[in-house]
Amino acid sequence: MCTCARVRASRHSTGVSPVLSCTAVRDLEHRRPQPWPIRVAHWVNVPLLAIMAASGLQILAAYPMLGPQGRPYGWYPFQGTPPPEWSRLGDWLAGARHWHFAFGWFLTLNGVAYVLYLALSGEWRRRLFLPRRDTRNALATLAFYLRLRGHAPEQGLYNGLQRLAYTGTLVLGALSILSGLALYKPVQLRALASLLGGYDPARALHLIVLALFALFTVGHILMVLLHPRTLGEMVTGGRKPDA
Amino acid sequence: MPRLLRPARGLLTRRTALLGAAALTAGACDSSRPRAGFLGAMERFNARVQGALFDEARLAPELPASEATPPGAFPQYYVSDSVPRAPAGWALKVGGLVERPGVLSLEDLQRLPRTEYRIRHHCVEGWSAVASWHGVRLRDLAGHVGADARAGYVEFRSFDSGYHSSWDRPSAFHAQTMLAYGMNGQPLTPEHGAPLRLYAAVKLGYKMVKYLTEVNFLPEPTGGYWEDRGYEWYAGV
Repeated sequence: MCTCARVRASRHSTGVSPVLSCTAVRDLEHRRPQPWPIRVAHWVNVPLLAIMAASGLQILAAYPMLGPQGRPYGWYPFQGTPPPEWSRLGDWLAGARHWHFAFGWFLTLNGVAYVLYLALSGEWRRRLFLPRRDTRNALATLAFYLRLRGHAPEQGLYNGLQRLAYTGTLVLGALSILSGLALYKPVQLRALASLLGGYDPARALHLIVLALFALFTVGHILMVLLHPRTLGEMVTGGRKPDA
Repeated sequence: MPRLLRPARGLLTRRTALLGAAALTAGACDSSRPRAGFLGAMERFNARVQGALFDEARLAPELPASEATPPGAFPQYYVSDSVPRAPAGWALKVGGLVERPGVLSLEDLQRLPRTEYRIRHHCVEGWSAVASWHGVRLRDLAGHVGADARAGYVEFRSFDSGYHSSWDRPSAFHAQTMLAYGMNGQPLTPEHGAPLRLYAAVKLGYKMVKYLTEVNFLPEPTGGYWEDRGYEWYAGV
């Protein structure tokens, strides 16, 4: 049933506390795929992210350029093009700013609660991308998707590519909060703003992060459509492995 | 579980909770009146956070001339149909909770200690621009007229179709908050708020009233042109 004895024996020489890691591993193996804190955080995130994205695009519409006045960035292909009407929330600049600065708190709180849960529950072990553990699996999975490989590599809850994508969204979340704070308070938080290269670079970063979030969301929805079981698990929690 | 303790079906299912939350959000988040309801409550919370974060010793970095916005690219801003022109015999009226209320001519203001800096300007629309400004610190003017410590707010009024704004005292008394009479080493032009405009490091551009006529030290905030139309009152950077 459990391979603890083998784990304990094989890890003795590495110096890692064998009993502790064994308990944690067994604990994770017996958990449902999606414990309730993960599901709550996931579904709370959906409307919040939509509100932040759409109100952010309404704010961008007030000045749809990147770069300081008189020195627009040459690399940005959409200078002067406001985002489409359907993608915006808040009607006008003042409305959108109020939405953005009200709901930014809740998105941040949700993200912080999620990260704390990952850390304290041990869930990070089966969700975060650990380069030494997951790189090989991520490459093999990519090769499978590209039809360079006949079968998918073995995986636990997630394959390496999924871990990379989900860990990437945490990085994006952190970057969006930090760049957003730098834009909101470029003088009071001047150290943060200069760390990101200054006000206008932070504004570009804030938009790039949104574009990457949008890209992730498209890929995420496509993968869920291909594997509908995962959608059910994110709603019900899924079955415990032994049940 | 005894029947009475069982949750009543239909009273608070997940669906009714979600629909209720959505209805509450829709009612309390009115984009056309963003300073009311839930959005307004969150604005007041954010203003408190920004006030707590404010450090009077923190200055905006002074920038080299190479960072200056190219000539002509620094946006002009007024709400009147055409560039507002100062009335003949213009002078600044200073009043409210001060020991020596009165009017100051441009020459009077220029006799007070002069300050100059080149910093980044942050507009509510999202753009930034850089120019150098010179004038008199508001805190020096406050000292000159004997502003009372009970004046927790400062109101600025203009001859630009009633444009005005009011500030919290800490931001108004910040070392980089000035009444500017010059820009980029030249006297202020009518396009940029001549003869006198507010300039600061710690607020968004719409708080920096141009075409000044009056400065009043007051015990209460008095809103503002854009603030009364739905923009944030604190608007600190």
